[in-house]
Amino acid sequence: MERLEILKTYKIYIGGKFPRTESGRYYSPKNPKGELLGNICLSSRKDVRNAVVAARKAYGDWSERADFNRSQILYRIAEMLEGRKAQFIDELIVQGVSQKAAKQEVELTIDRLVYYAGWCDKYKQIQSSVNPVSSSHFNFSVQEPTGIVGIIADANSSLIGLVSSIAPVIAGGNTCVVLASEKLPLCAITFAEVINSSDVPGGVVNILTGKRTELISPLTTHMDVNAIFYSGKETEIIKELEESGALNLKRIHSYDEDWNKESSQNLYFITDFQELKTTWHPIENVGGASSSY
Amino acid sequence: MAKKIKEINWDYAPSLESTSHIEVKEKYELFIDGKFVKPSSGNYFNTVNPATNEVLSSIAYANEKDVDNAVKAARKAYNEVWSKLSGKERGKYIYRIARLMQERARELAVIETLDAGKTIRESRDIDIPLACNHFFYYAGWADKLEYAFPNRKVESLGVAGQIIPWNFPLLMAAWKIAPALAAGNTVVLKPAETTSLTAMKLAEIIRDSGLPAGVVNIVTGYGDTGAAIVNHEDINKVAFTGSTAVGKIIQKAIAGTGKKATLELGGKSANIIMDDAPIDQAVEGIINGIFFNQGHVCCAGSRLFVQEGVADVVIKKLKRRMDSLIIGNPLDKNTDVGAINSKEQLDTINKYIKIGINEGAEMYQASCEIPKNGYFCPPTIFTGVAQSSTIAQEEIFGPVLTIQTFRTVDEVIQKANNSPFGLAAGVWSDKGSRVFNLTSKLNAGVVWANTYNKFDPASPFGGFKESGYGREGGMHGLSAYVKLK
Repeated sequence: MERLEILKTYKIYIGGKFPRTESGRYYSPKNPKGELLGNICLSSRKDVRNAVVAARKAYGDWSERADFNRSQILYRIAEMLEGRKAQFIDELIVQGVSQKAAKQEVELTIDRLVYYAGWCDKYKQIQSSVNPVSSSHFNFSVQEPTGIVGIIADANSSLIGLVSSIAPVIAGGNTCVVLASEKLPLCAITFAEVINSSDVPGGVVNILTGKRTELISPLTTHMDVNAIFYSGKETEIIKELEESGALNLKRIHSYDEDWNKESSQNLYFITDFQELKTTWHPIENVGGASSSY
Repeated sequence: MAKKIKEINWDYAPSLESTSHIEVKEKYELFIDGKFVKPSSGNYFNTVNPATNEVLSSIAYANEKDVDNAVKAARKAYNEVWSKLSGKERGKYIYRIARLMQERARELAVIETLDAGKTIRESRDIDIPLACNHFFYYAGWADKLEYAFPNRKVESLGVAGQIIPWNFPLLMAAWKIAPALAAGNTVVLKPAETTSLTAMKLAEIIRDSGLPAGVVNIVTGYGDTGAAIVNHEDINKVAFTGSTAVGKIIQKAIAGTGKKATLELGGKSANIIMDDAPIDQAVEGIINGIFFNQGHVCCAGSRLFVQEGVADVVIKKLKRRMDSLIIGNPLDKNTDVGAINSKEQLDTINKYIKIGINEGAEMYQASCEIPKNGYFCPPTIFTGVAQSSTIAQEEIFGPVLTIQTFRTVDEVIQKANNSPFGLAAGVWSDKGSRVFNLTSKLNAGVVWANTYNKFDPASPFGGFKESGYGREGGMHGLSAYVKLK
């Protein structure tokens, strides 16, 4: 007798926990063949707010971790993903990606995590500066994370787009609330399981599924969200983000990128979500100390 | 003995800076396409000396049509000349502007003091030298941009619309124009309506420098002139320094247009005195933090936090120091605190002082004499201020300080960061590890430790949170004016 397969209940990911949406609602996206992908959570405004609270709670700890420690944790995500490669390939295929492309996408995703893992403790060395001011002061500028980043992940990819947005944001010490692709949501939740088993503290990454038309507005009008990472090129959405972002002067960054390209990764995706802090301190000028021995 | 000393007059003899070597015309036109042109409306407005209320000159009022002409000139100059010039040649023009400014520094300082009300000591020693140095600093970047952006090709943006405030008129013009030109952009700049004179002097210098026509255009006017720049279709970049309220309007106005923006906005910066701080230096730092430029400083240390153990002595010494400040004619080299920039601003400051009193805070004002004419406000401090007080939350932009006390480091970090703003902060302590703990935890773009209100062309300036985004100054100031490929 053939064994009955166990189907997965797709949940959302908030504060390191996997609840269903508080609203109790769901939607049923289908793949290109018309097959049901699952009963996916139709997250609500309240879920967005809960996720932002969780992200803020996690921010202090995550942003103050040693950069080296964040590097190790991002690398750990890559390790965990490598171990579950087959599952992601299967999920991509179910969502309409070819076998070959699915394998490529998962492998590129893993490599991208390793890439950003490496940046964690290096971008400041490249992008900071000691500034040669004319007065007797020591003056330096160094990056700090912007805070809570709302990520609107690529609508047209299930995994690579999602991870290409999350990785640079958390590599820089931010925490985030992510809206997964509406029509290709499966990998987002499975990736949350990977994050949850990779020493990433709960709340650093929060992932919601549902309708963008419902969720973008509560995310971009939220006064405790500091920046938005939008992966896409819809001009109406960009306009809405920039307009409602003005409420608390969110940093809005929109990227029209093909994340499947090897080159769609760089230092500037990290520094776009960094604030520059410049510190001054006087240098004592003692007479005679300038003699050239 | 004591009686005899009292009879001696200890006042300083007046030491007025001469105004004989300056030239202020009766009327200033718009600087568009390398020429001084009349405003299409034929309208002019007066600019006054806020210390005397005397009219200094009348200034052309640019409307949409004038702005359109300026943008067209900037676009033409961008397409035909400036974007084709090598970085090396661009740099040489900017160096030349810096030198011409240096040669006329004294004249610029006197005019700045007359028009803005700031003390001659400040415009002579801070504003004007920093403005010249800013051009000199960025000139050298023009042919080295690739070094600032590893692994990327650097391209200019096009035409930059720049709107600047009245608190550091010429310095803000330099902060805007110099990096924009170095990165290969052309510019339409609007100075604030109360302080157009040094911008027009700069226009003369730019004309004399031989900079190709249309690379820099300066249009004078009020808020509607600024709005015409922001909303102009052919602007690629908006750079604004001013209030947070207007910054938000600008972000909304350009939403979805693809225009890039940098916003350098308001602040309510915390200046923190720990109990191990060198008290006398800290008191000087408090004075400089809030009374420098009459408190018309976006990064002014307007919220003072003093650790409980030293609060009494700090406040006592602060009051004594305030009483020795000289408020008066900005042209007098003895003057410490000059005139408030305009009647409107004086009204705003007085409104906040009233609110402070009504909310139950205790006020102390410097006992010095205040001139009868012109707009002046005595240095003012409030004690007994709560975190929730209006005067501790909103930007006053005047010589008004709120004082709160605290016990622990954690408490003061929380209080200091509990503000929508995040422009600057000050920390006073003799213990290095404590200083770095505070400087790294304060949410602010500029942190001064054991000093305050220091500026330099090589030092990036700009805020966190609702104090805006983007940096001006230093290598990082270049990114506001480039796109990376």
